[in-house]
Amino acid sequence: MSRRTRRTRRAAPVSALALAAAAALAGCATTDASEAGSTDAVPTTVTVFAAASLANVFDSLAERFEATHPDVDIVLSSGGSGALAQQIVAGAPADVFASSAEAPMDTVVDARLAASPTVFATNTLELVVPAGNPAGVAGLDDLGRAELRVALCDVSVPCGAATSDLLEREGVTAAPDTLEADVTSVVTKVMLGEVDAAVVYRTDVIAAGDAVEGIEVPGAASVVNRYPIAVMADAASPGSAAEFVAFVTGADGRAALDAAGFGAP
Amino acid sequence: MTAASSRSSRRRIAHSAGRLAWPIAVMAAAALALLVLPLLALVLRAPWADLPGLLVRESVLQALVLSFGTALAATALCLVLGVPLAAVLARASGWPTLPRRLLRAAVTVPLVLPPVVGGIALLQLLGRRGLVGGVLEDAFGITVPFTTGAVVVAQVFVALPFLVFAVEGSLRSANRRTELAAATLGASRWQVFRHVTLPLVAPGVAAGAVLCFSRALGEFGATITFAGSLPGVTRTLPIASYLAMQSDPDEAIALALLLLAVSIAVLVGLRDRWLPGVRA
Repeated sequence: MSRRTRRTRRAAPVSALALAAAAALAGCATTDASEAGSTDAVPTTVTVFAAASLANVFDSLAERFEATHPDVDIVLSSGGSGALAQQIVAGAPADVFASSAEAPMDTVVDARLAASPTVFATNTLELVVPAGNPAGVAGLDDLGRAELRVALCDVSVPCGAATSDLLEREGVTAAPDTLEADVTSVVTKVMLGEVDAAVVYRTDVIAAGDAVEGIEVPGAASVVNRYPIAVMADAASPGSAAEFVAFVTGADGRAALDAAGFGAP
Repeated sequence: MTAASSRSSRRRIAHSAGRLAWPIAVMAAAALALLVLPLLALVLRAPWADLPGLLVRESVLQALVLSFGTALAATALCLVLGVPLAAVLARASGWPTLPRRLLRAAVTVPLVLPPVVGGIALLQLLGRRGLVGGVLEDAFGITVPFTTGAVVVAQVFVALPFLVFAVEGSLRSANRRTELAAATLGASRWQVFRHVTLPLVAPGVAAGAVLCFSRALGEFGATITFAGSLPGVTRTLPIASYLAMQSDPDEAIALALLLLAVSIAVLVGLRDRWLPGVRA
């Protein structure tokens, strides 16, 4: 549901057009000038499919990458990792895929659309309640209270698989009122106060800010989601795509991921 | 203009009266392909061998029962509320312009609104922190979102206009003289409506109810936003199909086929009664 597509440098196509026109004009004079112009002029678009939980941090990473790579335009599409993987298998034009778990990446690798993904971040789960904790939620056991409104991720998406794993380990039987298709829908329902408690990633609690409160739960450290990233085999511009992946997995990416609450691989 | 060119243009006119210009035929074929090919692909690519097994899965049966139950309840509610609204709308032609247009717009908006917007709006009204929902929760302990009732409310919101406009159309074309005759013979307004008007517009009501049902059955956006997605409670066929697409495309295709089959059954049921006055 929560698919967002953004184009960070709106002005890029226009300036590219102007540059291309300039290059074409220059081409009338000397062939050399036109060739030199064309390599700089056409910005390379790198389409990045990223898990919903990565949307915020990838937004800022994309902006910083573009600042140092003026010839590259990063277009970000975020959603549930499983849905993104299905879209890629069905032929969606992704250059890079960053998944919130290894299973959706495996789907893409099995379809021979990516090879050797790198795990670049980890995430753990937390209880989350609306600001002020109106229902007085203290721990995972409260998820079983019938009078509470509880939202969880559906087990078919990575955050749901992790949640069900965590609840099983802790011996908790939850009584959810809704099982959402991606983690951002769960966070939204908490922010709106429509549910009393939910289980989401630590990073979502940080990103939601003052509208919610996170409650650390014992056992969360033993259920770790590993985030793989890979350049797609049929990427239109594999060079730029690989550079972006290197940026995410490098020191700059690490710092941004740390700040957002992601663990190191 | 020369004689030759005028002769050729006359020929063109005679020619085009019988047949369409080729670009129109090509575009029409493309339009038809766009409508038919995806559904054909769905049918051709379906895992037919596994279909019986897929369709009796508990998750599928649960969604099927819930979808039919809620869509029937929504249709019943639409009939109870929508037929009177259609009656008001049909009489509104005598009203001043502004209220008449506002009334018509109010009924039309859900028809053209993206259903997700409807879901967000329903949350603002009936959500726990909504205008009315907050009062309901504090005073009576009733929470509407995430209940089967919320699914029905979302379906009524999107499906009601279909029923209202179908019934209104047949009310307008119904013969008023029969109603007048009944009234002259001493029938009360209620008796006239119940025994004369309603039987007259019955085919329109039936067509409207079938359209309303199929729209309610297909509801997705408002439902997932307002009612959530819990198996057996709020996870209807379209939501189950969307979720299955994330992990089990075969199940998603099976669910999609099920919805397609129901839609075709509805179409066959309607036959030429698409809408009163529009007969194929």
